[in-house]
Amino acid sequence: MAGLKAWLRDIFKKPAQQEQPDSAVANLFKKTEAASTEPVTPPSPPQPEEARRLWEASGIFAVGWATDVGQVREHNEDALFVVSGEHEASNAAPAFGLFMVADGMGGHQSGEAASSLSLRVASSQLLAQVYLPLISGTDHNANQPSLTDVVREAISLANRAVTRDLPGSGSTLTCGMILEGRLFIGHVGDSRAYLLRAGQPPKQLTKDHSLVSRLIEMGQLTEAEATTHPQRNVLYRAIGQGGALEIDVMTYALLPGDRLLLCSDGLWGFVEESEIWRIIQAAPTPQQACAQLVAAANAAGGNDNITVILAEIWRKA
Amino acid sequence: MGNHESDPPQDKKTVPANLETRQMRGLSKRLRQPLSPEPSPAATSVPPVPEGQVAKTHLVSSPPPRPAPAAGDTREVNAKPQVSPEGLLPAGVQLQSRYKVLGIIGIGGMGAVYKAQDLRFPGVLRLCAVKEMINTATDPQVRQMVVRNFEREASILATLSHPAIPQVYDYFTEGSRCYLVEEFVTGKDLEARLAEVDGFFPENQVIDWAVQLCEVLSYLHNHKPRPIIFRDLKPSNIMLDDHDRIRLVDFGIAKLFQSGEKGTMIGTEGYSPPEQYRGIAEPRGDIYALGATIHHLLSKQDPRLEPPFSFHERPIHRTNPTVSRELIEVIDKALEYDVNKRWGSAEEFKRALGARTPVKAGGVQGETLTFDTNVVKPVWKFACEDEIRGSVTVAGDMVFVPSYDHNVYALDRESGKFKWKYPTEAGIASKPWVSEGMVVFGSIDKVVYAVDAKTGRLLWTMPTQGRVYSSPYGELGHIFIGSDDRQIYAIHQMSGRRAWTYTADGEIRSRPLVAESLILFACQMGMVYALSLNRELRWRFRARRGFLASPIMQNGLVFIGSLDTNFYAIDARSGWAAWKYRAGGGIVSTAAFWKDIVYFGSVDGYIYALDAGEGRVVWRYQTDNQITGAASVFGGNLYIGGVDGVLYCFDALSGAVRWRYQTDGPITGAPEIVEGIIYVGSADHYVYAFPT
Repeated sequence: MAGLKAWLRDIFKKPAQQEQPDSAVANLFKKTEAASTEPVTPPSPPQPEEARRLWEASGIFAVGWATDVGQVREHNEDALFVVSGEHEASNAAPAFGLFMVADGMGGHQSGEAASSLSLRVASSQLLAQVYLPLISGTDHNANQPSLTDVVREAISLANRAVTRDLPGSGSTLTCGMILEGRLFIGHVGDSRAYLLRAGQPPKQLTKDHSLVSRLIEMGQLTEAEATTHPQRNVLYRAIGQGGALEIDVMTYALLPGDRLLLCSDGLWGFVEESEIWRIIQAAPTPQQACAQLVAAANAAGGNDNITVILAEIWRKA
Repeated sequence: MGNHESDPPQDKKTVPANLETRQMRGLSKRLRQPLSPEPSPAATSVPPVPEGQVAKTHLVSSPPPRPAPAAGDTREVNAKPQVSPEGLLPAGVQLQSRYKVLGIIGIGGMGAVYKAQDLRFPGVLRLCAVKEMINTATDPQVRQMVVRNFEREASILATLSHPAIPQVYDYFTEGSRCYLVEEFVTGKDLEARLAEVDGFFPENQVIDWAVQLCEVLSYLHNHKPRPIIFRDLKPSNIMLDDHDRIRLVDFGIAKLFQSGEKGTMIGTEGYSPPEQYRGIAEPRGDIYALGATIHHLLSKQDPRLEPPFSFHERPIHRTNPTVSRELIEVIDKALEYDVNKRWGSAEEFKRALGARTPVKAGGVQGETLTFDTNVVKPVWKFACEDEIRGSVTVAGDMVFVPSYDHNVYALDRESGKFKWKYPTEAGIASKPWVSEGMVVFGSIDKVVYAVDAKTGRLLWTMPTQGRVYSSPYGELGHIFIGSDDRQIYAIHQMSGRRAWTYTADGEIRSRPLVAESLILFACQMGMVYALSLNRELRWRFRARRGFLASPIMQNGLVFIGSLDTNFYAIDARSGWAAWKYRAGGGIVSTAAFWKDIVYFGSVDGYIYALDAGEGRVVWRYQTDNQITGAASVFGGNLYIGGVDGVLYCFDALSGAVRWRYQTDGPITGAPEIVEGIIYVGSADHYVYAFPT
């Protein structure tokens, strides 16, 4: 049990070569090796069945993640961020989870810089503004920004940082922040968040901010036409566009057993949704599901970088 | 000018810097992947990608910064070239020994536009605009084709004769560059005018411009042998000369219409019609772009900063309520996604613009006038001796009515006939709780009463130290009720014995709530409390001012409005506001929840419908007076009363008024709806029963 706990702790650290020794927050930051050929993932659980059982008993989340350069690109311009905070005590802070996917764009390696910077800025802001006050147990009041405002502001800060420091580049950013039974989604671009709930069809929580998805909505394009449309990659909202970026922020109630999937278009653009659900249902752990999802995207050509985070909510406090 | 299959978006003089970047990146992608159905020769004429290859294929469509208001000719001022100056003609260069370059007006994807002097007219400064297209095709045959297309289109443009179209004087080719010499238009374009104007353009002014634009579009669309499609109508392509006359500039992408022909998508995101993204250009695309332009001029919302094709989601009157409904309808028809639903021609559009009769400011609010007040008649009504300020409660076959005349009345639900009344020592301004055959209520005489529902016989009393304005809430065999003595009381329902109290920071005047193992209540000092069932404080949330509304809970969120004008959605687990929405006035009204929408009123006179997940306005409706009553939803309808004495019935999803009923006094309580009948009290002393 102790070994398992240690391992659970370990998976929330990033690979050693990316260590950011100067900051605890930065320690939680995961960034992929640009040239790696293997998917970057946490170590596999030693005993899936046992892990699942103990996981279920020991926390509120079970999280898996993976990111991969794919088969065609030279660089991985995706980035991801995972923090899972649990607190067991008589008057415990609500369990907290922060999961983010960013998909950078822009030539000359500025895409990976943009996705990386976006997540650094947004995650440090959210941990400082949400998680630390939750742990310290501050009273809440009207002068404090609401949680949706905090999420919006964190993404907005990322937009300002990328606009200022990396002009000409951009990134998507999809953030899922969980406070125990409540999920907050913050989103710009065309990465996606899905909620999978037993007995219900999977629900896409985010809207792609792409020109073609708008045209599809309007019945001007079919899904098939969109895949070859000249402007299929035009986003009308993204981190790095500066100005008054409009950010989608929503909140949802979670139920035990819910799964939250965040992914870049390297997954949803190449693997059928039905196949994604099948893999998630069949995999013994979220981590194995993530590895299999990346493998499926690579098998489908791997034309883009692939990033997935899968968080399962085990119980409600 | 230009090959009409292949012109890339021609950047106009006033296109700001980062839009420039976007388009370059856009073109760089086309370079790697020919995207038009028929790969066009000009795909090779694209400026090189800034550095290396763009590895990621996303494009940020950067919003254009507002152009700075500029004095004099904005075409020059806004034209700071952002691309590498190499290849640009420096000032002083002479073309054809006749046109002396004075400066750059703008830079486009295929070349620049220069301000030049025609030296053929000595002694005067005759200005002209010289448009350049750099032919970068390497294949000799393609090169020749590009030149031929250029010459053909230049010839056609030269034959156009319309006051709104700048005259073409000349064209020629020098090496790999083709030039078109045009009349130099002085004045300001509409984008610059938009940036300058305080407030909004007068409606009649915009209509005048729109009519002129319809006329020039009509001229182009009726061109023989083939119509000319302008394809890039937008404020920055429309100049206003010194006489406020419209001049269309930048015919760079105007396309001779060939039925069914597919070309490369060209135009400006935000103004271009959806079908243009499928390569289809036809006259009704210009109608759409004109609609988009008028929408921008009237609403001052730049469509380049908004989701594409979202005009219908951003009605003009939301930002500019002075625009008449008639004009909005005419514009909406131009902006239909489906070409067949738009105005069929520029002439038709112009007639519609001319026909609508402008209504003065406030016309939009006229909607309710079309609804006959009091078409709905009460099934019955019953008069108390004083105002009804609280809310009625229906249970079984009885209606229980609290009145300021000190009594709680019990009426027969079907007939409204009086059954009994129970007198207290002061007014009653709350909502009775009825369960277990027992009616529980508090009175301003400081006492909480429980009487038998059938007979009105007193069962127990529980005195407090303050007036009781709070409504009771029953759960777990207890009654929870607040008092002006700042305490919340938990009373054993069967015995009337006080189980416990908890002292708040201020008077508790609204109804407590027990939900999801929390006891929630709010006080006049602006605090919301969440206690666990064993009275332990789980969290407190402080607003800037007090609470008179009662909390409701749905999906783990506590919804409550405050006198500080904010409506809060508080996470029930952490006590942290998940979102808040600021109304124009204090909120006394208790909210109702239905289908992921929360409804409430404010003393600002509005009834709000907010998306429960994000706090975004789904709809709102302005009434003539404060809204302090609670909202109720039943059968897809929202019912809420106003201080104007009106009971409103709305379609809960759309906010359309279904009916209204005028009473003779403010309605401050909640309508109660049971089995299709609405029961509500008014300060006119009556309790009414209406059919839904």
